[in-house]
Amino acid sequence: MTVTESEIEDVMATYPPKVLKNRKKHLVLKTDDCAASCPQIEANTRTVPGIISQRGCCYAGCKGVVVGPIKDMVSITHGPIGCGYYSWGTRRNKARADDKTPPEQIYTAMCFSTDMQESDIVFGGEKKLARMIDEVVEAFHPRAINICSTCPIGLIGDDLNAVAKAAEEKYGITVIPYNCEGYKGVSQSSGHHIANNQIMDKIIGTGTDELKGKYILNILGEYNIGGDGWEIERILGDIGYTVNSILTGDSAYVNIKNLHKAHLNLVQCHRSINYIAEMMETKYGIPWMKCNFIGVEATIDSLRKLAESFGDEELMARTEVVIEREIARITPALDQYRKICKGKTAFAFVGGSRSHHYQYLLRDLGMEVVVAGYEFAHRDDYEGRQVIPTIKSDADSKNIPELHIEPDPEMYEEPYLHLNLSKEKYDQMVKEGHFGYYEGMYPVMKDGTVMVDDCNHYETEELLEMFHPDLIFSGVRDKYISHKMGVPSKQLHSYDYSGPYAGFNGALIFAKDVAHALTTPAWKMITPPWEKETEKKEGDNNA
Amino acid sequence: MLDCVPDKPVAHTAGKINPIKACQPLGAMYAALGIHGCLPHSHGSQGCCAYHRMALTRHFRDPAMASSSSFTEGASVFGGGSNLKTAIKNIFQIYNPDIIAVHTTCLSETIGDDIPTIIKQSEIPEGKYVIHCNTPSYKGSHITGFSNMCKGMVSYLAGSDGSEKKRRVNIFPGFINPGDMREIKRIVSELGVSYIMYPDTTGVMDSPILPKYEMFPKGGAKIEDIIDSGNSQATLALGSWASDEPAALLQEKCKVKGIPLKLPIGVKATDDMIMAIKNEFGVEVPESLDIERGQVLDTLIDTHFHYQGKTVALFGDPDHVIAMTEFLITMGMVPKYVLTGTPGSKFEKIINGMLEDAGIEGSKVRAEGDLFDLQQWIKEESVDLLIGNSHGKYIARAEDLPFVRFGFPIMDRAVHPLMPVTGYRGCLRLIEMISDALLDRRDRDCLDEDYELVL
Repeated sequence: MTVTESEIEDVMATYPPKVLKNRKKHLVLKTDDCAASCPQIEANTRTVPGIISQRGCCYAGCKGVVVGPIKDMVSITHGPIGCGYYSWGTRRNKARADDKTPPEQIYTAMCFSTDMQESDIVFGGEKKLARMIDEVVEAFHPRAINICSTCPIGLIGDDLNAVAKAAEEKYGITVIPYNCEGYKGVSQSSGHHIANNQIMDKIIGTGTDELKGKYILNILGEYNIGGDGWEIERILGDIGYTVNSILTGDSAYVNIKNLHKAHLNLVQCHRSINYIAEMMETKYGIPWMKCNFIGVEATIDSLRKLAESFGDEELMARTEVVIEREIARITPALDQYRKICKGKTAFAFVGGSRSHHYQYLLRDLGMEVVVAGYEFAHRDDYEGRQVIPTIKSDADSKNIPELHIEPDPEMYEEPYLHLNLSKEKYDQMVKEGHFGYYEGMYPVMKDGTVMVDDCNHYETEELLEMFHPDLIFSGVRDKYISHKMGVPSKQLHSYDYSGPYAGFNGALIFAKDVAHALTTPAWKMITPPWEKETEKKEGDNNA
Repeated sequence: MLDCVPDKPVAHTAGKINPIKACQPLGAMYAALGIHGCLPHSHGSQGCCAYHRMALTRHFRDPAMASSSSFTEGASVFGGGSNLKTAIKNIFQIYNPDIIAVHTTCLSETIGDDIPTIIKQSEIPEGKYVIHCNTPSYKGSHITGFSNMCKGMVSYLAGSDGSEKKRRVNIFPGFINPGDMREIKRIVSELGVSYIMYPDTTGVMDSPILPKYEMFPKGGAKIEDIIDSGNSQATLALGSWASDEPAALLQEKCKVKGIPLKLPIGVKATDDMIMAIKNEFGVEVPESLDIERGQVLDTLIDTHFHYQGKTVALFGDPDHVIAMTEFLITMGMVPKYVLTGTPGSKFEKIINGMLEDAGIEGSKVRAEGDLFDLQQWIKEESVDLLIGNSHGKYIARAEDLPFVRFGFPIMDRAVHPLMPVTGYRGCLRLIEMISDALLDRRDRDCLDEDYELVL
């Protein structure tokens, strides 16, 4: 179904005037009238106090999303116990041992917190942090350490940089401080940026490994939830690419150091990692390309676009062989699930680029997303990167430091040289949006559907009533609410502990999970038989 | 997995590695959800609220509704007063709860927001309530946060009209599952005594799917009952970490006699609860409870050889662990390592006292411990069984131990929140879980010729 402006206004009728004025700007209805360009949407601004939002905080974005998954780094949360505890083992960033990182050097199943007490808040926590680093180094001998600060640290003024520097000098290992206090910025987004800055500044470019391979890639903004990264690596490996490192799913400090040795950066989650992609282009000349490996057609498009990037006919041919092989393999099973899913509608509220990416996968199954939004996106994630120069900075965004990056005098190489393309060809591809561009979610939305930024509980409830979708994709906080409303749900943060959902194998697993969610026999039993009987009798009486 | 944990003891004095506690606001949020029509409100930056809702939702597999003051840097510098006032106004207009229960976070505590004054300055619609408690995350644990919110309920709501006390008991249930709360209410009903339980998360955190959705489900303690609890004859304070202080406050405020008890987990602790009610109200214990109790003893005698003499490593929240230690001793098991993450030195005293009375020597007991400590102890000398929350599964795998899930949070298994571990029925369930874990292990490890049908 489709909706109109006035129906959207009805949704917000309950809001107090100030809230209404604020929230109106966060909803955009896609209509054919404005199909060409996206109307401005408000994003990355403060959440209204009291609104039940899905947003997290700066710490959650920095430690929880970006730096926590780095498997061979001990990540210490500096603060009271809560934050470290809640970000412990909850993001499903799968990691395994490999040639470079043995199992005894993987720390991602653990939680390290300075467990600040009242006296530490009064007298400062630097000494306790330093002592904890001493003990962690003695017990675990990690290659490097992250220290992530939580809200009170900024207030009491602990000097994370000084503690990290002293520990680095003492032990000769990298110790990286992240001033990612929860109150910074307006959502997780600020934490992504802070993490990007420190990884760029302190890790990337410090490695001296010589990488082998004709086409060396990094996959940025892929967190290996449910093994997505491994499925993408499998496909790319079959075609003939070398994946240098994923950032940060199943990634290791020792690999991230050599990130600058790649020929091309693929960007999967635009929001959480575009900073590094851009900074690496400036510093090393490595071009980046937005990709999407969620969805069969989307994966094929990304693979073809990727092969074109190197202008190599042989690579393009091998790409087609792998595509053909995979399609032949998965199509029969996928068709079975497609029969169940066809014609169904869904909502998608998940961060990064997921609400955008999954629309392709759902279309593969014959489903359409009618309401989509992000928790912590910026305008460019909806409207496309061309709007970046017009985004006004405010008090909250100004608090996040920007690194000043310049071309590295020794390591910079022109982007077209990385790709072995002619300058003309490369420039033309840039112009066409092949490199360094993201078109945002808007173009994929259909007429009469809705884009919502920072969707809150009240709006979710109202929109569910209005659209009656068959399925909702969101996080765990919404999951059981939608169940109680009679709408099946799938968690797209954790995949309900299934996955991978990326690539060809992922599409099949996703199709099965969605078909199961839609067809769980219990959905038909919610009204008890005695009430059905009453309804029937009342119906008879009325007749 | 946990291959990185050193085999040899190392210094561990600063901070926590693999904690056995969460922070105060989590417990406060859970307690607040036990009032009907209540929206818990987290006064701080929005990550806290998001994390607490996530943690509760993962354990209960039910919605945990709560709002946040959504601090950004400005509020952190200038104070969160206007955020909270705006929040209260918006919450009542948009979600229309009967009551908002505000708890603080380490952020709002560190900047020193004066919550009672901000509440006084807020617009609160007629007939609605706003209560609060202070829950700095750098003190106590989620259990003390739960206790603090219970105190908030008593101090803001409970009253005494000065008339003769009603023949009725208040029950402060502690941080337990709705399934446990239902069981305790059932036992008290069997005894024929009317009760008020608060907080009461039955119907809220184990709510059914019904044909019609309500943002505030039917369950939870009614506000008028909490108000009237000051007129009850006595209060059962179940679990001293969670319930002693609120019961003491109610006694002081309304002269309701507080009766401190263990959580009714295990035969003795359930007996104690029943005896407390019998003595206080002069009721006879009905035959139905005799039968339930007799079934537990029958089972303990029938199955003792499955578990008697086996050593156990037990960790979790203090009230749970204390009661469970007592039951393990009743079962003839040997609690070898006993830890809680929550501070409170009396924990060690109580557990050591129980072990001493049982003649058990060589056990290690720690309050404010963590799972790194526990794993180091296990590496030094292993045990037959591990009991604790889901986080224990990593140790169980790394150290190859059978594992029984008990306490909070259990995120990797379903149905737990609906099934009691309290009361005599809870005893049966614990015996079943412990026996099964040990027997499954025996079946898995034994030789073909030792594989038996009847055990």
